[in-house]
Amino acid sequence: MNFTLKIWRQKNANAKGSFQTYPLKDVSPEMSFLEMLDYLNNQLIARGNEPVTFEHDCREGICGSCGLYINGRPHGPQRSTTTCELHMRDFKDGETIVIEPWRSKAFPVIKDLIVDRSSFERIMHAGGFVNVNVGCAPESNSNPIGKLIADKVFDAAACIGCGACVAACKNSSAMLYAAAKIAQYAMIPQGKVEAKERVDKMVKQMDAEGFGFCSNTYACEFDCPKGISTDFIALMNREFFSSKACKQKHA
Amino acid sequence: MKKSVINLSSLSQKYVMALAGMFLMIFLIFHLATNLLMLAGDGGKAFSEAVTFLTESPLVKIMEYVLFAGFLIHILLGLVLQWHNYRSRPVKYHTRLRSETSTFSRFMFHTGVIIFVFLVIHLINFFFIRLGWVAQPDHAAHQHDFYSMAVVLFQNPWYTAIYLVSFVFLGFHLKHAFQSSFQSLGLNHTKYTPVIKVIGIIYAIAISVGFAIIPVYFLFFY
Repeated sequence: MNFTLKIWRQKNANAKGSFQTYPLKDVSPEMSFLEMLDYLNNQLIARGNEPVTFEHDCREGICGSCGLYINGRPHGPQRSTTTCELHMRDFKDGETIVIEPWRSKAFPVIKDLIVDRSSFERIMHAGGFVNVNVGCAPESNSNPIGKLIADKVFDAAACIGCGACVAACKNSSAMLYAAAKIAQYAMIPQGKVEAKERVDKMVKQMDAEGFGFCSNTYACEFDCPKGISTDFIALMNREFFSSKACKQKHA
Repeated sequence: MKKSVINLSSLSQKYVMALAGMFLMIFLIFHLATNLLMLAGDGGKAFSEAVTFLTESPLVKIMEYVLFAGFLIHILLGLVLQWHNYRSRPVKYHTRLRSETSTFSRFMFHTGVIIFVFLVIHLINFFFIRLGWVAQPDHAAHQHDFYSMAVVLFQNPWYTAIYLVSFVFLGFHLKHAFQSSFQSLGLNHTKYTPVIKVIGIIYAIAISVGFAIIPVYFLFFY
């Protein structure tokens, strides 16, 4: 297969970037999208050019690092697929493929297609954990959790923090990410203890990072490679309201 | 980094937006119910009696201020939210494909602006006359004679056209607004959310069609 690649190139965070066009020949339809970029980079290096910088790690759809904005869609045209799981057979021969980094004020470009997603980390640092007294592992049946709740918590915990929700949102809002991270603790006994404090701190941090607000377009759910539901955003809204409405003052 | 122009968290702003919107949606039901009295076929008697009752009721007078506050909050906060959202993506995408999401949800600001323009025209034509800010037209018996004012306005095809187009956009706005306000308030449930969505569609159609019947009647059948 032959493609014309239109790729965003940017030397560093402060440089002004632009699109560069690269024709790429003899691409195997079996190649993953990242392998296709490796193939391009090998050719660029052989010609003595700077390879295209992109982030990747596990290449099996669980690390969340390979987010690319491909042909106007986060992680490309396939639903419930990360960029690394995307294959070149999903594109038409001779197609022009536009590859951009995530665009958000809270995700500044570091180089080419890599963005700094540490704003997500800071939201987690603000409250995305459970304080436990370290000791031996508790007896596993001491905290009974119903199957329905357990499944919902797993659904929320499926978030890989790739940032596709922010990339997909017309407001570049991080509500789906924050909601998934809040929900995975808020529904189970271990997390409930600190639920009110957690939602307060995490929402505060999310706002401070400069993400947009939610317009309930649900584009995030549609483009999330893990299909995280926007029901969790409603859950976050409820949690936040009860945290504000029932806030107790320290004695 | 500043949160927004208003020192409220993102979620609190969404609550206020949703609550103000819900209040306005309830208001629309009462407004439509009153307007439909114009079709009673009694030369505007029932409608005029309703208007007199409403303009003289002290409760309605108080609610008028609440209504203005509701509009003001919803409009101003809408502008603030839109400005904040616009700024949160300084570099736009080169190519952007539409996600298969509801079309109306993406254009809430745009439909909102159209409704605002209509609202201004509407206030000039009716409310400002009552306040005495705008002189009452010659055909109206007194400054509360909204029936005659409306009949003359609706017999103007241009005014009716503007009116109808505005209500189509209001319908688009409401279709998303109804279920969105529940989601913003966290009122989401696997059992009830699909019902809320259906009621939202029925509500949006009922309001826009309900208001639209009146000018069409006066333009073609009066």
